[in-house]
Amino acid sequence: MNKLGSAIFSRLVIILPYAWLLFFFLVPFFIVFRISLSTTAIAQPPYEPVFALADGLSGFFGKVGQFSFANYIWLTEDALYLNAYLSSIWIAGVSTFITLLIGYPIAYGMAQAPRTLRPTLLMLVILPFWTSFLIRVYAWIAILKPEGLLNQFLLSIGVIDQPLIIIGTNWAIYIGIVYSYLPFMILPLYSALEKMDNSLIEAAKDLGCPPISAFWKITFPLSLPGVVAGCMLVFIPAVGEFVIPDLLGGSQTLMIGKTLWNEFNANRDWPVSAAVATILLLILVVPIVFFQNAQAKAEEQGR
Amino acid sequence: MKSLGNIRRSFAPWTDPDAKPFITFRNVTKRFGDFTAVDDLTLNIYHREFFALLGASGCGKSTLLRMLAGFERPTSGEIILDGQDIAGIPPYKRPVNMMFQSYALFPHMTVESNIGFGLRQDGMPKNEIAERVSQMLKLVKLEQFAKRKPHQLSGGQRQRVALARSLAKRPKVLLLDEPLGALDKKLREETQFELMDLQQELGLTFVVVTHDQEEAMTMADRIAVMSHGKVIQVATPAEIYEAPNSRFVADFIGDVNILDGKVSANGNGKIELAVNEGFTIRTATANGPTPGSAAGFAIRPEKMKVTRAAPADASVNAAPGEIWDIGYLGDMTVFYVKLDSGKVVKASMLNALREVEDPISYDEKVWVSFGETAGVVLKD
Ligand SMILES: Nc1ncnc2c1ncn2[C@@H]1O[C@H](COP(=O)(O)OP(=O)(O)O)[C@@H](O)[C@H]1O
Ligand SMILES: [Mg+2]
Repeated sequence: MNKLGSAIFSRLVIILPYAWLLFFFLVPFFIVFRISLSTTAIAQPPYEPVFALADGLSGFFGKVGQFSFANYIWLTEDALYLNAYLSSIWIAGVSTFITLLIGYPIAYGMAQAPRTLRPTLLMLVILPFWTSFLIRVYAWIAILKPEGLLNQFLLSIGVIDQPLIIIGTNWAIYIGIVYSYLPFMILPLYSALEKMDNSLIEAAKDLGCPPISAFWKITFPLSLPGVVAGCMLVFIPAVGEFVIPDLLGGSQTLMIGKTLWNEFNANRDWPVSAAVATILLLILVVPIVFFQNAQAKAEEQGR
Repeated sequence: MKSLGNIRRSFAPWTDPDAKPFITFRNVTKRFGDFTAVDDLTLNIYHREFFALLGASGCGKSTLLRMLAGFERPTSGEIILDGQDIAGIPPYKRPVNMMFQSYALFPHMTVESNIGFGLRQDGMPKNEIAERVSQMLKLVKLEQFAKRKPHQLSGGQRQRVALARSLAKRPKVLLLDEPLGALDKKLREETQFELMDLQQELGLTFVVVTHDQEEAMTMADRIAVMSHGKVIQVATPAEIYEAPNSRFVADFIGDVNILDGKVSANGNGKIELAVNEGFTIRTATANGPTPGSAAGFAIRPEKMKVTRAAPADASVNAAPGEIWDIGYLGDMTVFYVKLDSGKVVKASMLNALREVEDPISYDEKVWVSFGETAGVVLKD
């Protein structure tokens, strides 16, 4: 009886995440994918074919026959989309790198801090999540705009004599992404650095390795799983980021999230925007697979 | 010539007043906050010595070793290595290497690159590194494991990698922090002898930390028995065992019976002790407490004899009692004898014969006896 119960329980434990994936990832993905194969129509919903129960089997196959990859071909024909993808990946990549450069020393400092202080520091990292993301991005407008806080400050101390034009440029987007995603970088880095055995560093020093070199030879390689996790957690959402480029970026800012938004709302072209989303997903699945491989490797290393 | 215990090798620079110590701790104190881990400790260790720091967990052994390696700074006092005060030298410039209690192998490096790590730091040419590494692998018998990662090795193999890594740079001093702690008994005993051979072969100075007295006795030339950050006695294993300088050491090392009493006579190289058990013990001890002062008498179980009849020789110390319990251990039998005063003493006898004619049994009236040199007088 008990055995049966635990068998059912262990099944359930396995089934739950799969069910979650099925309902909240796979099903929505197929809906999007199906729309991406449709054509626009002035109707409600604004695409066809639309399946109905009344169609019967032959009607169903007839409608499946209307599916086409025309939207994907369209994406390759207009350079706008390719440029948007490339520019998104570039912006996300640069932002991820800057986030890593800022996040690593912070995480390292936290991991080196006295044990009693660490929960407080962790709390401070998570603290920004307690206010709305949107409000925090709006706050950056107030800081970065020509008559904003930053410019007032720089003008008052005499570093510049003309206000810097930051808002509406890619600089503002970098600042926004780095700021918004920094906790996602710090947390996995901290968890990797925090469980590092200090005697490894001592062993390296004992064998003649000065501290800085010990960092690069021991600490950094052993924190790589954290680096990879942090970069993925920043890069993946940053590629599809829409709010930050929309609020902080300018008209010339090209990011795929914004393009998608335009196709969907302004052009009301659901099939093309669905195709944009599908390709975006494929672009992101590759790094996820890479990430999982890295994690499996780290586990195999017995850490 | 008489001597305490069996001598393993004729190596005793500490008896030579002209010999210069290789390592000196002079009045070294280490405090963590208001906790004193090492307390005004003074200690000399000689070149090529196998020196053991023995003591209960938390008595400051690792702290002492870590100060020598450079990971902790003494709060006061000085540490001198090969004539040089090493206070200001960072760990990565000290000519000592340490084998860590946890082994501290680099998990992302193969056995080979773990062992070669220190050599690469020194900028040794590649072919020399390869040569030294394969030499080390051979030494610890891990040739076929060169390309493995630490997590693919057993505990014993990891321990040998750690040893090879700490030896690869040929340090002047090798520090070993509980090197065999994680091994099972059989492997541990084997490795003890391997370590001793290695130390002899390479002519290095070893300082080993252990809380296992048997391990310290087996391996070390001298042992420092530590308690609460202080050294209680520094001596050869035989001296520690046969001539403990205090109740603490007598009690800490091996089994011992301690009888309390008062000194009744002291002269002509003999001390007489009237013990609370109601008899007088005559001992051949030159220096000792003056008559009238309280003292203890420590005697090891194997130094006492248990017989049915009182010993014929009146000069032998003897006390009557009754068998209270018997422990048969195979190689020997332990008799727990309740003296007439009620105190239970422990006497052990080697089982040299397989069959015993009429063995001593429970509740029998017996005599425990021991000679003049069998035990030591402990000052209170
Ligand atoms: N970094 C430290 N901070 C505070 N206390 C310490 C530190 N290192 C050691 N101690 C304390 O010093 C004492 C001696 O430790 P240690 O030398 O490791 O003992 P052991 O003899 O078991 O090796 C212990 O009570 C330990 O708690
Ligand atoms: Mg210790």
